[in-house]
Amino acid sequence: MLARRNPQLNAHGELIHLLSIEGLPRAILTQILDTAGTFLSVNDRDVKKVPLLRGKSVFNLFFENSTRTRTTFEIAAKRLSADVINLDIAKSSASKGESLLDTIANLSAMHADMFVVRHSESGAPYLIARHCAPHVHVVNAGDGRHAHPTQGLLDMYTIRHYKKSFNELTVAIVGDIVHSRVARSDIHALTTLGVPEIRAVGPKTLVPGDLREMGVRVCHDMREGVKDADVIIMLRLQNERMSGAMLPSAGEYFKSYGLTEDLLALAEPDAIVMHPGPINRGVEIDSRVADGSHSVILPQVTFGIAVRMAVMSILAGNDA
Amino acid sequence: MKILIRNGRVVDPASGRDEAADVAVAAGRIVAIGNVPADFTPERTIEADGCVVAPGLVDLAARLKEPGPGALESELAAAAAGGVTSLVCPPDMDPPLDEPGLVDMLKFRARKLSRCRLFPLGALTQGLKGAEITEMIDLTEAGCVGFSQAESPMRDNLTLSRAMQYASTRGYTVWLRPQDASLSGGVAASGAVATRLGLSGVPVASETIALHTVIELVRQTSARVHFCRLSSAAGVDIVRRAKAEGLPVTADVSINSLHLTDIDIGYFNADMRLTPPLRQGKDRDALRAGLADGTIDALVSDHTPIGHDDKMLPFGEAVPGATGLELLLSLALKWGNESKLTLAQALARVTSEPVRVLGEALGSLGQSAGRLVEGGVADVCVFDPHAEWQVTPEVLHSRGKHTPFDAASSGTRMPGRVRHTLVAGTLAYSAAAQANVA
Repeated sequence: MLARRNPQLNAHGELIHLLSIEGLPRAILTQILDTAGTFLSVNDRDVKKVPLLRGKSVFNLFFENSTRTRTTFEIAAKRLSADVINLDIAKSSASKGESLLDTIANLSAMHADMFVVRHSESGAPYLIARHCAPHVHVVNAGDGRHAHPTQGLLDMYTIRHYKKSFNELTVAIVGDIVHSRVARSDIHALTTLGVPEIRAVGPKTLVPGDLREMGVRVCHDMREGVKDADVIIMLRLQNERMSGAMLPSAGEYFKSYGLTEDLLALAEPDAIVMHPGPINRGVEIDSRVADGSHSVILPQVTFGIAVRMAVMSILAGNDA
Repeated sequence: MKILIRNGRVVDPASGRDEAADVAVAAGRIVAIGNVPADFTPERTIEADGCVVAPGLVDLAARLKEPGPGALESELAAAAAGGVTSLVCPPDMDPPLDEPGLVDMLKFRARKLSRCRLFPLGALTQGLKGAEITEMIDLTEAGCVGFSQAESPMRDNLTLSRAMQYASTRGYTVWLRPQDASLSGGVAASGAVATRLGLSGVPVASETIALHTVIELVRQTSARVHFCRLSSAAGVDIVRRAKAEGLPVTADVSINSLHLTDIDIGYFNADMRLTPPLRQGKDRDALRAGLADGTIDALVSDHTPIGHDDKMLPFGEAVPGATGLELLLSLALKWGNESKLTLAQALARVTSEPVRVLGEALGSLGQSAGRLVEGGVADVCVFDPHAEWQVTPEVLHSRGKHTPFDAASSGTRMPGRVRHTLVAGTLAYSAAAQANVA
């Protein structure tokens, strides 16, 4: 089989779509994080705008509902002076039977410059990137279980902000890793940035053994998982997994894998606790930890805007 | 019509014949291989210099996407272009082949086209619902060569056991694709690739649990079972042990599982969305070895024409399947070359061996289909083993244009090109660019 070029990069190796962190060189990740740093100050100004995307149209295509993620992309695009069009496709064309590619063709004809795509199927943004007009950039805002690269990048920004360097860190990712696009993007980013120990922590139903092939240490015991960790990333447990064949109950899950102050005490004294939100208090994380001094959950949200601004501005500067 | 195939290399896997010889055909039969009588006056001569004259291919798994305007025509034309002279189609049409009238109609229409012999499998249960068995005797009289549940699950093991008992009463073969329904919901094979891409997985246990269950029921019922499209190394092992035990089981593998692995999914290439899913390298290697050592009896195209719109979807939503009839010969040759087998050994898996799987269901045709014998039916494939080609939508006769071997995405060079196909002594296909048909 032919080794096909990474569809995210142009012939010069520049980023033209952000579909997954997998396969991106460290230099591009660092470029995005550095650029995000320059945008943080914009968010603190009275007039929170820069003109980098003036005259450009950013379409938020959410085939799966997510008000929170869509809003952060909308804010980021508006702070770059882009025109933002929100399309809640879950409720419109798809329900009228229009195919995904027909929808994309129609929106391309409206002279979109960028698609921000959320879809329930893994890989859907790749299909869109392959078939949209060449000048259109695609940003994956979460596809199935596959990837959520801007979340992964904002997590890296957060870690770098508090820990300065990636080279000696132990990072524990706790929870429903098998169904988590956030976990996959975090793992690829941490691996690329040189984190020596990445742990995936949870019961075997949510943390299967073949995750080892992604370069992580699999831990089924929470104490072992968080011991001496510098960074603990807690994942949201989706409501539909709280009972059934994966887990018996939210209560038993919290007893085994919920992050409490006692468990946090096993980690490094300056450990940070992260969560992509929205959090389930008392299911994956105790309120005292979520609101405690180690928690950086709210700064993550702030950094998220800057990281999404960085991604969009870099994409807009590169041609296919 | 009298046809003389001149100066070809005659390869007949069943007899081991591999020699330069002329082949004379008259009244639908082969009248001479070598030593063509001096008074044989052909109406048509096929110059086969540099070509192999082989038995027509026998494909044990090809879907025709019936009904559909022109579907039977295009797919049987694809068969002829692929050198396939007999094909077995599973019963999952709309409606399923569960009544003799439907089988009669299908056989009649295929015969009128005279491109390829069509051997339908009857539905094992009514409507393929897995609950009530069909009228197997009537269906067999209508032309069914076995009974299959296609991709649909049986309601429970009691029903499966009864269906196998009933089929074995008359010596009918039950064709089953080994898959546990509750474990088969995924869209890719379980493993590192599916985990990395975030695709739901089908574990190997789906195949092995079903194999163990069916094999235990073969022990109980003595029913003859053909396992369709093995996909895993563990599955090959189980079938190997069942055969060593002397159980009446046979098996096939698809051209896709023989050549590809889940790594070929790449960046969510929907052409790789297949059932059974592509598994890992060790599975592919075991399938190739199993086909070489005879654990797996036959290589099948698993031809499934899928419309363009049904593939232009995210990987998990794309309809599984790939076109295959026109690729079967080349991919058999490619496997044979790579496995250092003789031409006859490679061709056996798509000619004489599948005929052996069909066994008595073929009736008197079983004596000579898949073989080249004097007095036997003239189902012949003449191909150029040195020609290479690439798969593009334009060269395919099938309405299904999607295949993992598409030149644009895979760059695969296909060895061997069919020049002429004879079915029952009539020319069902001749390559357009061929000038040497006198």
